[in-house]
Parts: sequence; structure tokens; C-alpha cells
Amino acid sequence: MSNSIEPKKSGAAKDINDVSFVEVEQPGPASLGKQSLGFWVTFKTMFKKNLSVQYPDVKAPTEARFHGRHQLNRHPDGLEKCIGCELCAWACPADAIYVEGGDNTPGNQVSPGERHGAVYQINYLRCIFCGLCVEACPTRALTMTNEYELADNSREKLIFEKEDLLAPLRAGMVMPPHPMYPDMDENNYYRGEVKAADPSQGPIFDGLGAGESK
Amino acid sequence: MTTAQLLGTDPGWLVAVKAVLVFAICVVATLMSVWTERRVLAKMQQRTGPNRVGPFGLLQSLSDGVKLALKEDIIPAAADKIIFIAAPIIAAAMCFMSFAVIPMTGVVTLLGHKTAMQLTDLPVGVLYILAVTSIGVYGVVLAGWSSGSTYPLLGGLRSSAQVISYEVAMGLSLVAVFIYAGSMSTSDIVDSQHQHIWNAIVLFPSFVIYVISMVGETNRAPFDLAEAEGELVGGFHTEYSSLKFALFFLAEYVNIIAVSALATTLFLGGYHAFPGLGFTESWLGGWFTIVWFFLKVNLFFFIFMWLRASLPRLRYDQFMKFGWKVLIPVSLIWIMIVASLRVIQQNGASRTVALAFALGIVVIVMAISSLFEKSKKQSRKPLPAGAAPDFPLPQLPGVSSFNASSNSHTSTQTASVQTSGDINE
Repeated sequence: MSNSIEPKKSGAAKDINDVSFVEVEQPGPASLGKQSLGFWVTFKTMFKKNLSVQYPDVKAPTEARFHGRHQLNRHPDGLEKCIGCELCAWACPADAIYVEGGDNTPGNQVSPGERHGAVYQINYLRCIFCGLCVEACPTRALTMTNEYELADNSREKLIFEKEDLLAPLRAGMVMPPHPMYPDMDENNYYRGEVKAADPSQGPIFDGLGAGESK
Repeated sequence: MTTAQLLGTDPGWLVAVKAVLVFAICVVATLMSVWTERRVLAKMQQRTGPNRVGPFGLLQSLSDGVKLALKEDIIPAAADKIIFIAAPIIAAAMCFMSFAVIPMTGVVTLLGHKTAMQLTDLPVGVLYILAVTSIGVYGVVLAGWSSGSTYPLLGGLRSSAQVISYEVAMGLSLVAVFIYAGSMSTSDIVDSQHQHIWNAIVLFPSFVIYVISMVGETNRAPFDLAEAEGELVGGFHTEYSSLKFALFFLAEYVNIIAVSALATTLFLGGYHAFPGLGFTESWLGGWFTIVWFFLKVNLFFFIFMWLRASLPRLRYDQFMKFGWKVLIPVSLIWIMIVASLRVIQQNGASRTVALAFALGIVVIVMAISSLFEKSKKQSRKPLPAGAAPDFPLPQLPGVSSFNASSNSHTSTQTASVQTSGDINE
């Protein structure tokens, strides 16, 4: 067997050089006049409105779907949506999320159903803001906000704990842990049938901080 | 009384005061020009530029300088320590020295003495400037060499080659000025322009060549091959940090101001006012002329910034070709023309100025046309059939040559990839 390079035989015997040949015309450099128009471009630009945003003083709003810091959402009655399933952690390509699930007990009902996220950490030094975790979340617990000011001066401060990520308690909610809405189970929660907290679940937060005590 | 005679009567303490003043002017001008450059470049790129430290960001360069001075000073282990330390000092000191013979004002009164804002006046002032700036290049070359590192070495070598080439063109462009003014003293050249007409008009080609070569001389874009941050990291100052780096930074800007000042002196009438505004020269007891002087210097500085904003860096061979094959021949032809015209003028012919200007335009057009190669026409010409080059290939098994022309012209030609076994034999 010869060690020569043979072109691949396909159908008719084609030579390696049997390809259509189009002569490319090199335009060469533009004329000096055309080239020196560049000077006019830079000169003209001096009198244009500049596009700088004076950032720390002026904060331009992001696009509506900008990928910023994450948020762990709540059901309308205040229970957390996160069920500690770790799908976000598994989906994360940068291995930035750490989740430990915990059991919901009758005295410690943090989320509807059996489980809740006991430990939830996102390392923002690793996070690439791709949003795969949000796509993976089965309960829509994890979403992203538009907040982009995520700089700090130590590594520890950039590992956000559950308290940092949880959505704030809004008026009409009850601070978990508290029992589920009367006569509802987790399925009702997921179907969105729980619209607000019931007074039997605990003191209802009035939005000013009075209802925070459990 | 000539300026040289006027300056000759200065007492020693006045010379010292003026030396300090010149130094201060250089340093302040550097701080201001760094700020100006960043702002103007930003404008040209639709940005704002530094605007946070002080009013309009004016103190930005000062705070940068303080920051630089407080940084850790690193001397690489492979560096030649003495030369490594001496290089930035040479570079910076020589830039300041060239300012000594630049006349910045006309006759003024300084601390009760009638004098001019010029440290000294040498009969060979312009040659002195050329000499001193050439020594300044030693700073760059030695910095590159003593760093004990590859990129700085390449930067230093480039810088030396660059300055040698462009200093020739620069020197030749100045010869025309010497012929026309009949003197090498800066103040005499300014006076001769005041009596006749600005050299920028009469000696237009010299002016153009000087402006081009002064950009080459100061290692600025588009001729900043010695730094070439895209290719050589930082070029000659890659290994420098802290105050030594600050000195190079200072040297670069003082050098820009110095060559701009020289251009003002030699071609734009120095400290004299624009034509028709001569009455302003007596304002503030003559001190107003310094405003005119710096106005013209800033004009050149603006050209530096404009070039930097508009042009990409030249390739090394383009740069060398431009220097040796365009600037120097054009300079030589132009000097010949100027010398002939000068003789004709001395023999009493009129309108030599107009003639000089017209010939100057012709020389410039010739120079520009020489920039264009015939590459455009060549590429349009199709290769003649059968005359295609036979490209040799590196040793591939079984492939001895590759003929590029085989099927574009003749379909009957045999396959060009020769699959013979002659390599095996």
C-alpha cells in the first residue's frame, strides 16, 4: 500500500483540484482621499453627544430580562417556594449553588409539602448568570432580579446565604415557619389556588415590620 | 539688541529662577496635557474621559502621578541594575534640557530685569535640541536592554532603529529652515519669520516632513512601535514600575511638548502673534506672547491626539519604508530646491516665496504619489495560462508539489497532486 494521500472517492472520480474556481479581485488600498476621511470622522465625533453613563451617580436601568442577582420567591401566604430538590445545583455549569434539603415537620413548616431548602448558598464568584438554574427550578422558586451591583472585597461576602437571597416578606404574608393554608395541600399551592395568608396561619405581616415576630 | 545679547546680561540668580520656571512649566504642561489628551481622545470616541478628580477631572493626572510614586518599585532579578535605574533618568532629564533654548516670550520684565523667557540662546540652538533629544533615546534603548527581558529588548531595538531613521528626515527638514533663516539659533529663526513670513508657508514640505518625523521621534501613535502594547506588552517599559515608570511617562509627554515647541519656533513664528494680531504682543508687558506660544504648541499637541484617535499603528516595514524611501528623498529634493531658490533670491529675483510655495506643493504631491504601489493593478491582472508558480510544499508523504493553476485554465491537464512514489525511492 502506498502511503500517498488519496482524495476521497465519491461518485464520479473527482480530483482534489476539481473545484470551481472564482478569481477574487483584490481591491487594494483605498485612495488617499478616502483614507483621510477617517480624520473627519474622529473630528466630527468630538461634537457629538457622548454616550457615557455617569455610573455611580446615574444608574441606567437594565433591560427587563437582565440576569442579575438571584431571588428565592415565596408563595402568597409567605411560605417559601424552594423545596430543596437541588435541581438548580445540578443544573449549574459553574458549580456555584449549594443546597441542603430539610424535612418539613408539623412544628417547622417552611414550604408547602414535605421538604424545604434548609441551606441555600450561591457563590457569586463562580456564578456566570446563565440562568440554567432558573430553568431547572420545578417550583419557580428561583428567579433572577435586575440587581447587578455584586462587587465586594472578600470571598466570604460573595457567597450569598438563603437570608440574602430570599424575597422580602410582603404585606399580607406570614413569616414562615407556619402551617399551610387550611384545607389546602401542596398541590393547591402549586396550582396557585392559595391567594393570601389566612389569619389562622399566624400573625399577618402588615408591611411595616410589626408582624415579623413569630 | 538680539536675544542672545539680551540673555547675556542676565545675572546668575535670574538664570536659576528661569531654570526653575522652565522646569515648572514643563511639569505642569505634562500634567495638563495628559488630562487634555484623555479628554480629547474620549471626545473623539464619544466618551467623557476623566471627570471625577477635581473640577472637570483636572487633577486626575496629578493623583495618578502620586499613586504611581507610592507603588512598589520592582527591579527584575535579570536586570542590569545600574543602567536600569539610569535609563529613566536619562530619558526624562534630556527632555527637559531641550526646553532650555526654546524662546517662549519676547522681551519681558522678570523680577525687575529686562530679559526673555528663554533660558539660554545658543548659536547652534536647534542642533543642541537634536543632540539632546537623541541622547534621550538612549534612555529608551538602555531601558529595553537592561530590563533583561525579551519584550523590552525588542521595544528598545525598535526605538533605536526608529529614531535613527526619523532623526535623519527631521534633520534634513530643518536644513531648509537654516538655509532660509541663515541661522541655527532659535531666537534668530523666530525673528526672521517675524520679518518675512512663517516658515510653515514658505517651507511647506519641510513643515510637513517635520510634523511627520516628530511623531516618529516621540514614539507616538501611529508610530508607537517601541511601546506597541498589542505586540510587545509595554515595549521598553514593560519591566518598569513606580517612580521609574512615572519618569518615562513624564519623558514622553515633555518630549511631545518639546518637539511641538520646536515646531512652533521653527515653522509657526514662535511666540509671535498670528498675522494681524500683532498689537496683542505688548499686552501684560510682553508676557502675553507666552499665550500665543502655548496656543501654537497646543495646536501641534492636538495633531498628536488626532493622529492617535484616527490611525492604527503602522507595521514595522511600512514604517521603515516610509521613513527611508519617502521622507528622506523628498527632504533631499526639497533642500536642493530651497538652496537654488535662495541663491536666486539673493541675486534679486522677486516672487521667490510664491515660487517656493508652488514647488513645495509639487514636491508634496510627488511624495504622496510615491506612497502608492502598483499592487492594485497587479492584482487585477490574471495569471497567464500555464505560467502559474509551482509552490514547493513541505515534506508531505507522497506529495511532491502542488500546481495551483491546473484546472482554472485547462481541464485536460492532469491531476497536480502527484501520487508517485518517488519519495519512497
